[in-house]
Amino acid sequence: MYEQFKAKAAGVGAEVYRFEKKRDALDFLLPFLEKEGMADAAGSYALWADSPFLDGMDKKALQELPGLKFEVTRSLASQAKFGISQLDWALADTGSLVQDQSAVEQRLVSSLTSIHIALIASGNILSGKAPLFERINPQTSRYIAFITGPSRTADIERVLTIGVHGPERLVIIFVDELGGENP
Amino acid sequence: MKKEFKASITRAVNDANLTGALGKFSEAYKVNRVKAYEGIDFEALRSKIAEVKSSAADRLDELADAFQKNAQALGAKVYRTRDPQEVKDYILQVAKDNGVKTVVKSKSMATEEIHLNPYLEKNGISVAETDLGEWIIQLAGQTPSHMVMPAIHMTKEEVAELFSKEVDERLSTDIARLVKVARDELRPKFLAADMGISGGNIAVAETGSIVLVTNEGNARLVTTLPKIHIALIGVEKLVEKFESVMPILDALPRSATAQLLTSYVSIISGPTANDDGSLKELHIILMDNRRTEMARDPKFKQALQCIRCGSCLNVCPIFRLVGGHVFGGIYTGGIGTILTAWFDELKKSEDIQGLCIQCGNCTQVCPGKLDIPEMIMEIRRRLVLENGQSLVQKTIFGVVNNRKLFHGILRAASVAGKPFTSGKFIRHLPLFLSDLTSGRSLPAIAAEPFRDTFLKIKQPKCQEKVVFYAGCLIDFAYPEMGVALVKLLNKAGIEVLFPQEQTCCGAPALYSGAYEVAAQNAVDNIKVLLQEDVKHVVSACPTCTVALVHEFAKTLDTLGQKEWLPKAKELSEKALDFSTLVKYLVDEGRLSFKEGVQLGKITYHDSCHLKRTLNVSEQPREILQKAGYEVSEMFECDMCCGMGGSYSMKLPEISAPILQNKLKNIKQTGAPTVAMDCPGCVMQIRGGFDQDGSGVRVKHTAELLADQLKD
Repeated sequence: MYEQFKAKAAGVGAEVYRFEKKRDALDFLLPFLEKEGMADAAGSYALWADSPFLDGMDKKALQELPGLKFEVTRSLASQAKFGISQLDWALADTGSLVQDQSAVEQRLVSSLTSIHIALIASGNILSGKAPLFERINPQTSRYIAFITGPSRTADIERVLTIGVHGPERLVIIFVDELGGENP
Repeated sequence: MKKEFKASITRAVNDANLTGALGKFSEAYKVNRVKAYEGIDFEALRSKIAEVKSSAADRLDELADAFQKNAQALGAKVYRTRDPQEVKDYILQVAKDNGVKTVVKSKSMATEEIHLNPYLEKNGISVAETDLGEWIIQLAGQTPSHMVMPAIHMTKEEVAELFSKEVDERLSTDIARLVKVARDELRPKFLAADMGISGGNIAVAETGSIVLVTNEGNARLVTTLPKIHIALIGVEKLVEKFESVMPILDALPRSATAQLLTSYVSIISGPTANDDGSLKELHIILMDNRRTEMARDPKFKQALQCIRCGSCLNVCPIFRLVGGHVFGGIYTGGIGTILTAWFDELKKSEDIQGLCIQCGNCTQVCPGKLDIPEMIMEIRRRLVLENGQSLVQKTIFGVVNNRKLFHGILRAASVAGKPFTSGKFIRHLPLFLSDLTSGRSLPAIAAEPFRDTFLKIKQPKCQEKVVFYAGCLIDFAYPEMGVALVKLLNKAGIEVLFPQEQTCCGAPALYSGAYEVAAQNAVDNIKVLLQEDVKHVVSACPTCTVALVHEFAKTLDTLGQKEWLPKAKELSEKALDFSTLVKYLVDEGRLSFKEGVQLGKITYHDSCHLKRTLNVSEQPREILQKAGYEVSEMFECDMCCGMGGSYSMKLPEISAPILQNKLKNIKQTGAPTVAMDCPGCVMQIRGGFDQDGSGVRVKHTAELLADQLKD
């Protein structure tokens, strides 16, 4: 299902990676952020929203990196270039990611930033909406968000243009070590 | 039709930017849509949606009650009203109570429907549309021309002009740059807004959830950044169960924009915490505005199955020519005509209902299984009931209901038309079905109608007999098609009966909304056609066949004239189209063609009624191939030719470009002959090629086959 997901997500302009260990993912992510110009200045920093990925990580060491912040506020998010968060589910048939985003921080980092980096457990890829709907519950999740590729519009002459109000890039990083339902 | 309306059509069809953009989009859409639905059983999916939405429409109040209870339990405030003014008052009150100065909106047709923006602006509240298309038309001071793509009628040059004014800087027409300008301009508005207003694509009764389906990401910002969120939702968006969100999410993006899923879908159930820790104020307004009345109307209840994808517009041969603004209202296209008739008033649809050519393209793609052409017919009928018929129509249909007089006039026309004849065509013939307007090459009325020719045909005596229903066009304009049919059936050992009292099938009256006239035609024909004890009644005109198979019974049923219904149904079971019967005879081995003949390339034009109402498309192709033709498919082989009965005479400015497109597609195949099963299409397309001068032969399938019979 990973290959199907990857093809569908790439088809709508997402960038998809997969790593075995959290460490490997980090070894990809940090140089990526650096290469894309992460810095302390407004418009250049990254916000990392609360994620299970960070459990057991040395957050302090990460915080030492210039431009990487773990505090998420509206004013910080409005000036952030990167948003990092962990999504709950991936849908293979449409290349979509799904998350309970009831916590506003999760929405701020994934909607106000230019580049959204989505971490996800490789074991949480589902075939499509049918198994997903057995796993989500609007009674307990007040804001369920589906994200499929970057923000797009075709409102001017039907020309597809990326990044109108939401992120211009969606970078999806699967991590096997995060487990999930079918690790 | 009103002068201004005609003028707006002329402007639209001559707007090269508009027709170019829409035409290109519509052609690409069809291909992309099919691709998006790959691997999905569309018929099963839309049956599911129709079932879910129809069942909701049966219980709007009950579902609204449940939605209210469940959303309130989660902390949302739910307001229900039938009256659009009360919606506006409520929103203004919430704004006043909270000192709201600025509002950001994500796309909502319901707010457009009640003209919310000007109302709020008038009351001192600044409103910014944030969907790119909506923002463009807001800046331009226009209404949306398409429910999914509101600014599809505008060019990048026009957008650059608007944006340049807004940001006070000369902008180029680089689309990526223009989009960036929109992002930069609107971002501060999102962050500063006191209130966010959204629509809602689905409202789930059992969970009190609303679902927003978007691409740009603006709805996420509208529902996240301001401390107050108001969602305005028409009650037709209600579904009972959470699981029903699935089929709608499967269909809506695929049908709307040929996407597997939009970039964003948000399912909001009750208020969430704002970024300062306070709880968001979430108001959900369920608006009726005549939807409940629609749900109780057996003819229009199906309109509530609409999921607002706009695919009916995308495949409409008329919409692709005229765009949305000709429709005059907020909702455009076929569905817009229906919604305008209800949400505004029936009278408002008087002109625009005439735009529908009844080709049925929309019925093939509608994910809610709406029969838009049928509802537009019902609007026509009600308009005629309300306004009466025009004097011209009354006169024509008065004649049509009197067979002897009608046929007498047609015979006279054959003589009267003579002086104007040029080749097989004459100009300015007062064609019997028309509103007596002029405009194009029309066929001469035949010197001898089929009904007279038939009496001279020497048929073999056969055991098996069929009744032939000719219809006016074959009888009086193209008797040779009828002669060909007799020849073919005789060859298969069938004797053709032609009851002389048969008369007009009533389609012209029906499609003009004159149901009483059509019903009289139906009864007259039923009596005559059932006199003989035969297995089949065959017609070589798909519109007539549809009348026999479907419309007679439907018309009588609509008018409550029950006494002829059983007979209408009996006739319906016997009636069939020419190609279906011939294909059957060929398969049975009763009819065969000259062997080893290679007749070369031919292309086939699918007539609307044959393809989409009778579901016949393979049969004529197969028998033409059997006869020795090699069928070379044209682009959009089943796109309407622009004839539409009297449509081509009422709206020649639309019919003509549709015809030109058809001629172009035929010529591009390089085939010297185009075949079709409908004498109406023959009339339109032959008339087109007559003026075009390219010498493509236009033939009814029956004529082509009759020439290839084994001796």
